[in-house]
Amino acid sequence: MLTKRIIPCLDVKDNRVVKGVHFLNLRDAGDPVELGARYSDEGADELVFLDITATIRSRKTIVELVEKVAENVFIPFTVGGGIQTVDQMDELLRSGAEKVSVNTAAVDNPNLLTEAAQRFGNQCVVLAIDARRSKENPGRWQVCVKAGSEPTDIDAVEWAVKAEKLGAGEILLTSMDADGTKTGYDNELNKAVTDAVNIPVIASGGAGKLDHLYDAIVDGGADAALFASITHFGNYTIRQIKEYLASRGIPVNL
Amino acid sequence: MIVVIDYNVGNVRSVCNAFRYISCDVKLSRERQDIKSAAGLVLPGVAAFGYAVSALGSLADLIKKLASAGKPLLGICVGYQMLFDQSAEFGSHAGLGLVSGSVLPIPTTQIVPHMGWNLVTLPEDMDLFAGLAREKHFYFAHSFYPDVTDTQAKIAYTDYGFDLPASVQKANIYGTQFHPEKSGKTGLKVLQNFAEICKKSN
Repeated sequence: MLTKRIIPCLDVKDNRVVKGVHFLNLRDAGDPVELGARYSDEGADELVFLDITATIRSRKTIVELVEKVAENVFIPFTVGGGIQTVDQMDELLRSGAEKVSVNTAAVDNPNLLTEAAQRFGNQCVVLAIDARRSKENPGRWQVCVKAGSEPTDIDAVEWAVKAEKLGAGEILLTSMDADGTKTGYDNELNKAVTDAVNIPVIASGGAGKLDHLYDAIVDGGADAALFASITHFGNYTIRQIKEYLASRGIPVNL
Repeated sequence: MIVVIDYNVGNVRSVCNAFRYISCDVKLSRERQDIKSAAGLVLPGVAAFGYAVSALGSLADLIKKLASAGKPLLGICVGYQMLFDQSAEFGSHAGLGLVSGSVLPIPTTQIVPHMGWNLVTLPEDMDLFAGLAREKHFYFAHSFYPDVTDTQAKIAYTDYGFDLPASVQKANIYGTQFHPEKSGKTGLKVLQNFAEICKKSN
């Protein structure tokens, strides 16, 4: 049986791992290569690196970072942030990333997902969705782009369904409302998306305690739970997380 | 020297990194001379099947010839799928035909891609799994799988709602649907075992 995945997320800015609240107020959490290697050794199932500056200058930096990470990390890792073309994806995959994630560029040009899937296979193509609960309609979520700074009129669930058809192989679903709050994932959002698509969904945003991860998997239907603060700052180890989930009957790779 | 075949698809560097990490002599190359003189060949692959086959181009015949003559060959992921006769991914494409079988889409009764760590039952008589427990988790990321019809192939299965062939061995030809280079310490052991196989065969 396929196990549920436990995924630390490393937001990278100026070659450092940072973590904020609601995408703001960033706090330093260490060196990305060291932290990545530590998580790989500790038994994390996968890693996600997000270049949160995503400028032209940082493009080169992130490729170099991916190369260094790949020399030390023997678990799969995804790289995202500012990727706009299949050639950029190719460069990152060739540098050692297993998957690439796109957000804004796919909203601007949905065909990018298809081009990428046809070239690399859809298992390499992760669609990142930053979703914010609609103020007018609390049962819906709107897609935000440009690192969460720009809301769109696109419905998050509809976008997920469309992206699957276009070629996305996985959805990295971040609740902007929950991100950094440590009060739990938005499992209504997770459930709405996991019910609507047939590709794996990574729940993201809001992990603060171990039962939050359990809830994302059981109530949210997520295939993987992503988090940052709870392990970056030493509150929990990967092993503690997995042992906890296993004790509650969740299949994990221990 | 193990040669990882460089044919312009993703993930080639990770495979080399993993061999280097276990202190194994490895070279990434698409030069025919390197390929001919290698102790063993690795055909990696993060790509769509059709793209991979056309990117491999004329090297396909060379690899086929060397593998048929006994040189150890390890196909990984799409490289594994390419060992078989044909694939139905984005059209119909011929593979290397070294192991009989067809590459088919994973039934959509399952979540597709099959992505993550799954438990593989490891038969004792498969050389890649020497020294490992009889069941281990490996990392998978794929949407197609080979339906193996070759009676000479040994097969290790994983359960994904059906018995999915996770690895095959047919004489000197080896393949893994999972990514040993991304399967932590267990995966590194599989690559170590392949390196041993290459040493013994030379």
